Amino acid sequence: MDFSLFIPNMIKIWGQYWEVFLLTGLKNTLLLTCISVALGSLLGTVVAMLKMSKWKPVRFLISIYIEVLRGTPILLQLYVFYFVLPNVFTFLKLSQFMWVAIALCVNSSAYVSEVIRSGIQAVDKGQMEAARSLGMNEGQAMMKIILPQAIRNILPALGNEFIMMLKETSLASTFFLGDLMTSYAIVKGATYLTLEPMTIVAIIYLCVTFPLSKVVARYEKKMANPNSYKKHDHKRKIMQGGKI
Amino acid sequence: MEMIKTVDLHKSFGNLHVLTGVNQTIHKGEVVSIIGPSGGGKSTFLRCLNLLEKPEKGQIFFDGVEITGKKVNVDKHRQKMGMVFQHFNIFPHLTVAENVTLAPKLLKGKSEAEADAMAKELLTRVGLLGKYDEMPNNLSGGQKQRLAIVRALAMEPEVMLFDEPTSALDPEMVGEVLDVIKGLVETGMTCVIVTHEMRFAEEVSDRVLFIADGNILEDGTPVDIFHNPKHPRLQDFLKKVL
Repeated sequence: MDFSLFIPNMIKIWGQYWEVFLLTGLKNTLLLTCISVALGSLLGTVVAMLKMSKWKPVRFLISIYIEVLRGTPILLQLYVFYFVLPNVFTFLKLSQFMWVAIALCVNSSAYVSEVIRSGIQAVDKGQMEAARSLGMNEGQAMMKIILPQAIRNILPALGNEFIMMLKETSLASTFFLGDLMTSYAIVKGATYLTLEPMTIVAIIYLCVTFPLSKVVARYEKKMANPNSYKKHDHKRKIMQGGKI
Repeated sequence: MEMIKTVDLHKSFGNLHVLTGVNQTIHKGEVVSIIGPSGGGKSTFLRCLNLLEKPEKGQIFFDGVEITGKKVNVDKHRQKMGMVFQHFNIFPHLTVAENVTLAPKLLKGKSEAEADAMAKELLTRVGLLGKYDEMPNNLSGGQKQRLAIVRALAMEPEVMLFDEPTSALDPEMVGEVLDVIKGLVETGMTCVIVTHEMRFAEEVSDRVLFIADGNILEDGTPVDIFHNPKHPRLQDFLKKVL
């Protein structure tokens, strides 16, 4: 293979197709990731609450939900949402893009729910007892005492989930949905070059994931320090009777 | 006046029968210390009183109401029973002041100003006013435990339950916490104290319970318990700890 033209070709391709890579590919990848993680987090919170439910049948059903989603390949789940479900729920007039987004969101909810559950269960048991002994009901204790502490365990893990999902959206290219991986296929088809667009796509992925994972790691380290709890400045002023 | 009464209280953890039918009555204004060997059931008994542990069998009456009954709002009753834990269980994400004011504001509808005034007064009483604005992680163990006592007092409870309040403290901090409890006893607060501090129990208590093997084996005045123990288990226990 002749590599002498590798760099010049890459520059040429970038000059010609950067809009395909960034404005179509990266945009759709980020869009897909954001939708999946945002909705997946909401759904995941509900799933996590149900998993900690008092009722055994609910816990059992949720376990099945989680195990199925974590135990089958995400590509297979995409097939189900792309080929099967639109024919079952024919009244739902959703775009193919949305069906894939929903599939990723459902998949994400299984992982996120475990992140949230373990984040909540990592809070010292004594915190719940102290809250209950003061007379708070379970919901109040959860909202005021447990969740504000659990969120410190949960947020870094959610950041990692975002990075994972960003890479997993590449599977959407299976259906040619215009994500970053699809843009590779488009440029490859137009230029008959593979290695160059492939490298460009890899660099773009890395440009997003690498800084993100650094930020997550830094936040994680900060949160691990028990002295990192900060005063709520504006609340404190109210308490002292001052104006904000 | 009867404040807390337990009738035939049973509690098991798996195969372990921790409480084997405990009958006890604690009166208003009384200071009762609970002593006994580890694993004998004293903490479990205390934790049953505000239903942090649910007994399998038996009844608990608080202010004449059976709180073990069905359809009883346990949260309402817990608001009148302050509890102090071995490991403080201070809320680390709230400031010292917020630790104190959260529950009264949330549960008793106190205004910001009311709750704050009370927090300042209580914190002054235990010498923590200077820490008002700090995060709990800056506090020593003794300070955390004093804060935990204040947090419970802010709900204006009728009874205070102490679960080994000094067991997790460095020795030099035990005194400051015991002094706060003593001060509380002098105000006439009803107290139930699980403790390993025998001298302290003798000094502050109206009555001492010796719990071992899942039941109260001896119940008497501090003088009876410490200077004239009758049960061989108690005699043996005192020989080891004194």
